Amino acid sequence: MNDAQVGALVEAAEEGVEVDGLRVTRVDEGYRFETPETIHRGLSESALRSVAEESPWFVSNWHYWTHVVEGPERARYDFLRWVEGADDHDVPKRYEALSSGVTREWGQLSITATLADDGLRRYDLRHGADRDVSEEDLETYVDPLDARGIATYDDDGRYRPLSTAPTLRTGWVYPDLDGRALVETVEFLYPATVENWHRERRGELDVTHFRETAERQTGIYSIVEGLTVEELEAAAEACCVDSQCLKRRMWDEDEETPLRVPRGEEAFPCREPCSLFVTAARKFVTLGREETRSYEFELTPTEKEQVEAIVDAVADGRVGEIREADLNDGANRYRARYLRALRGGEHGLSDTPTYPEDHD
Amino acid sequence: MQALVIVAHGSHLNPDSSTPTYDHADAIRATGAFDEVREAFWKEEPSFREVLRTVESEEVYVVPLFISEGYFTEQVIPREMRLEGWEVSDWDSEDGVSATFATYRANDVEKTIHYCGPAGTHEVMSDVIVRRAESVTGDPDVGEGFGLAIIGHGTERNENSAKAIHYHTDRIRGMDRFDEVEAVFMDEEPEVDEVTEFFSAPEIVVVPLFVADGFHTQEDIPEDLGLTDDFREGYPVPGEVDGHRIWYAGAVGTESLMADVILERAAEAGAEIGDARERIGERSAPSVAGE
Ligand code: SF4
Repeated sequence: MNDAQVGALVEAAEEGVEVDGLRVTRVDEGYRFETPETIHRGLSESALRSVAEESPWFVSNWHYWTHVVEGPERARYDFLRWVEGADDHDVPKRYEALSSGVTREWGQLSITATLADDGLRRYDLRHGADRDVSEEDLETYVDPLDARGIATYDDDGRYRPLSTAPTLRTGWVYPDLDGRALVETVEFLYPATVENWHRERRGELDVTHFRETAERQTGIYSIVEGLTVEELEAAAEACCVDSQCLKRRMWDEDEETPLRVPRGEEAFPCREPCSLFVTAARKFVTLGREETRSYEFELTPTEKEQVEAIVDAVADGRVGEIREADLNDGANRYRARYLRALRGGEHGLSDTPTYPEDHD
Repeated sequence: MQALVIVAHGSHLNPDSSTPTYDHADAIRATGAFDEVREAFWKEEPSFREVLRTVESEEVYVVPLFISEGYFTEQVIPREMRLEGWEVSDWDSEDGVSATFATYRANDVEKTIHYCGPAGTHEVMSDVIVRRAESVTGDPDVGEGFGLAIIGHGTERNENSAKAIHYHTDRIRGMDRFDEVEAVFMDEEPEVDEVTEFFSAPEIVVVPLFVADGFHTQEDIPEDLGLTDDFREGYPVPGEVDGHRIWYAGAVGTESLMADVILERAAEAGAEIGDARERIGERSAPSVAGE
């Protein structure tokens, strides 16, 4: 707390102050200053200043939320209060905790709030997996704009078109952000998540369900209307579960028809099928238009299981983890190459043509 | 408070596609003309659908970083941004190259949205094409003894795309700076692979009117021009083709002066931009070849 904060408090007392248990008002017989521990009435201005100085935490806390974060209208106010658990803990408990640091997870992000001078906060932002890594061992960032670069590639150098995919790169840290810059940085990493979370908390999240989104599509995307409910379930299971996307899916087929696929666990909601989902849905519709056919193959039981293991490995993104010499894994590369060499032919698996009529 | 939102296509497959949008947004941010500057994409995040809720300003200027009027600027963007009451006729552009701006409320936010015509059809874009010729040759006076070819995609899905190319071709021809100025296309006549037939000038600067470098500008066009047999091996600048020296510039949208076009669009719609255009001009003075 500093003199400027006390000055601001005296000024604000005219209108009345009330934040986290601190109440300051002015009535005819003078100022009234109240915290959960003390009440002072009939204070002169200078007396108000001295009691304020005896409760520096309450005063600096008030100042932070009203003057630095600029009040409750904004998403960042709710978010920063959530970060330090402001609605769950009183000021003394919170300040004690903040002096050593309070950590929250937001998707794969780890955010630690600590007290800076005069009751300001500073925030450390990094990948959750780097929570215990020392700052010197991480790449240090200052400018929120750089977060766009952090979000572009995963740890294996692959492009990440979906920002909430659980593949955020590790090894970086923003050690000292203020509240505004923290929210900006989080919004570059996970666009619109703070805003939509905030709307949801206020009961104002505008969810657009799949059928409505599909109807709105034009051009080459207009065919996504043709996705059946079974296909939609499979598509959501393919794209929207936590292993693929951290957003919590709030949309369904339509308002009356919830999907069975789990919604996800994260704090921030998904309010509408995203562009990646719509693009995938477009492909799935075209796949669904094909009739099934019967093919006859000769495979050993182990080979059948091997084909299934390969599908699973690709679907679960496990291919890169399979050890070169692990010949027991059906999706091992040598096993897959052996299967192809043995069972593949000019016309694919078991040399069976995909379109037999072209070969009659 | 006023915000600028630059909207572009983006890509699920290619990270470079959004780079020019970020670069121009950063240059404009640095001028301090807007309280907020945001990027939004059709294929990346934040999406067109959600970007307006991420700005705090009451007045929002939306500038599409697209080359032409058409499907994206007339249908996709206004629909996804929920611009209430949008009609193509509000833009008053009967010839497909004269859209300026129109003002709406979006129905999910309490803001005034000034929806501007695309960057690509603004008259300042002609200057950007010329600047691109200066940057690629490293000669701020380039013109005499040079032909200029402007490459467009061609008709496919959007009849206005060729109009934008012809519009700038005519304007630059009118500047009387290059010996010859011609429009060529990837998907219609006259075609890129015949470019040397249209010029008698010994040197030809070739500028694709594309927003970002990608598959077309880095793979197809250098091969079609005859600069390389295989794009993976790269191409020389300048390169020799049929007795001409070809200076291939890559996508015009990566030119730093593009930020000026975006600012100009917003200013015409009423944004207060102070001396931002001069400051952008200083930042984007012609660079030397190879940069
Ligand atoms: S639609 Fe699915 S994949 Fe896309 S953001 Fe929402 S939950 Fe994630």
